[in-house]
Amino acid sequence: MTEVLATTPGLFPLPDRAKSALADLKGHQKDDLIDGEETGELLEVYDRARRDVIEIQTDAGLDRIVEGQLRWDDMLAHPLCVHDRVETRGIVRYYDNNNFYREPVVRGELTYDGDVAAELDGAAGVDQAVLPGPYSLSDLATDEHYGDDAALLDGIASFLAGEADALPDVETLFLLEPSLVADPPDDGEDRRASDAIDAVAGAVPVDTDVVVHTYWGAIPEKPYAHLMDAAVDAIGFDLVADHDRTLYNIQEYGTKPSVALGLVDGKNTLVESPAEIAERVEWVLDNLPAESFETIYATANTELFYLPVNKFEAKLEALAAAPAEVEL
Amino acid sequence: MSPPSDTREQFRPPEHPTEHFLMTTVVGSYPKPSWLNRAKDIAADDDHDFDDGDLGEALDDAARTITDEHVRAGLDVVVDGEMRRNEMVEYFAHRIDGYEFNGPVKVWGHNYFDKPSVVQAVGYDEPWLVDEFAFTTGVATRPVKVPITGPYTLASWSFNEHYDSEAEVAYDLADLVNEEVRRLVKAGARYIQIDEPALATTPDDHAIVGECLEHIADGVPKHVRLGLHVCYGDYSRIYPEILDMPVDEYDLELANGDYEQLDVFKEPAFTKELALGVVDVHTGEVETVAEIKDNIIKGFEVVPPERLTVSPDCGMKLLPREIAFRKMENMVQAAREVEAELDAGEIDVGFAGE
Repeated sequence: MTEVLATTPGLFPLPDRAKSALADLKGHQKDDLIDGEETGELLEVYDRARRDVIEIQTDAGLDRIVEGQLRWDDMLAHPLCVHDRVETRGIVRYYDNNNFYREPVVRGELTYDGDVAAELDGAAGVDQAVLPGPYSLSDLATDEHYGDDAALLDGIASFLAGEADALPDVETLFLLEPSLVADPPDDGEDRRASDAIDAVAGAVPVDTDVVVHTYWGAIPEKPYAHLMDAAVDAIGFDLVADHDRTLYNIQEYGTKPSVALGLVDGKNTLVESPAEIAERVEWVLDNLPAESFETIYATANTELFYLPVNKFEAKLEALAAAPAEVEL
Repeated sequence: MSPPSDTREQFRPPEHPTEHFLMTTVVGSYPKPSWLNRAKDIAADDDHDFDDGDLGEALDDAARTITDEHVRAGLDVVVDGEMRRNEMVEYFAHRIDGYEFNGPVKVWGHNYFDKPSVVQAVGYDEPWLVDEFAFTTGVATRPVKVPITGPYTLASWSFNEHYDSEAEVAYDLADLVNEEVRRLVKAGARYIQIDEPALATTPDDHAIVGECLEHIADGVPKHVRLGLHVCYGDYSRIYPEILDMPVDEYDLELANGDYEQLDVFKEPAFTKELALGVVDVHTGEVETVAEIKDNIIKGFEVVPPERLTVSPDCGMKLLPREIAFRKMENMVQAAREVEAELDAGEIDVGFAGE
């Protein structure tokens, strides 16, 4: 029996009052961004903002609740940017967006940090964790320690495995891997990327569903074929950016027992209705008559921090209402 | 010496001391006086007895002061430092039908902007810049340039809820820019610069920008100088294609990258006019006159002096005001010295064309 669950890939916009409070407390320059050592009033603003976004998700009725990653000033590069062995340098472009993050330069061995686990420990009601996938995190990083791409990927995979292992018990872990699409791995690298994902996925308890979510388009065929070798429960797809090639990948190479469908546009203020979202789920199923899924995660295709708060909330509500309208 | 272009000579000041004329100007934005920011805060606060009329007066005063600051720096062509514009997309979106604002979105860290949404077909509502131009011209003793955010950037930095593609948004916006340019020309504008920083993010879209410029240039008289400003990107991905665009001048950021990209413009030959970035707007260090002279002379490797305009890399609004002023002053001084040395035959022009 297939179940349809409404969720998101996390990385939410800060509530507007937290935007101004944090800008006042922290400042506007790159040296003012998060370092993982926040205390006092700063901590309180984040705690309150976190409670706000958890409540928004609960009120909307989403099936999986995320922490919101409100501290992730550097988006997916966050776990590196707060690490002691990483130096942050200039501001660099975040994929093809008008958004920027601090370039994380890895200067030493990436030992266990616990930043993300601590974030979830303070967030009652969260049942879905979010981490960058190892391939994307290594793609966003600059290496001055490991020596080559393969060693950096290994180092980042074991670092993320340590971080994943420390997470409190959750139902689902989303590993965000947009770089598999935006800067796909070459021959040989694709196998290593899949192994690295395997290493991180293997660090969480077996009853946690691991979803490797890809976006900014469809993954090229070869990396997709390799990704199918990773022991994960589901692969996530960006059907907003490219539904045809995504469908082709699944028809050609199959997919995991569960699937995440990125059906709500995280980068546009136009709010989809629950009926539209449900139709999109049904369209995918109609086009994949050979597949039967355990769980279908209906989600936004990308992180949601690109949106103004009112549209972000409207999209969460629409997503949450969609599963009830899906006719399987 | 090749003949000066049709659109350049009109900006030569009557008292210009040398035969050579390296036109000096700026890209547009300039640091706002701190009292203007304070005045805006107070005007937004209902507890204060400082209304929109008072704020209008403050904006006029700021525009007058900064225009004068450009004149005092010695620039040949000035702007008002975009004192009335809060941000390069928001300002225009507020004046265009079809746009809606929903709240701030993150750019990086705790820097946000009110990214607007296009929710229906865009339309021309009220004039955008005609009043700004008339005011600046009224207080300036030099010709005035009008920078306008380009349609491609206006489209790229908005959410698109209505059109099938971003290109279609851009083309419709280009028609509105054309309407505005025609009104500006009617009001006496002779120098208009289209700013397209978004092209740097997506250089493969240069054909869309080119098509937009065809819309914008339509019906604009030949004596009006049209420029295109593009910054902080890989120019090799848009050159030489940009040479086909219907503009007279390309305003490019090159000092920030220490002229690493200069060679891009040598082959094939640069057939238009070049507004060369000769001071870096991302460093608080004021370049010396000698350093700026070296930068200007690098420009002669791409175009002869008759086709070189001297300008900062980009808008100066992020610099401290005092630094911005000193950079302009040194830039003008450097240009005047290079002109005199060119007159005296003391400089070898590297330009190999023609």
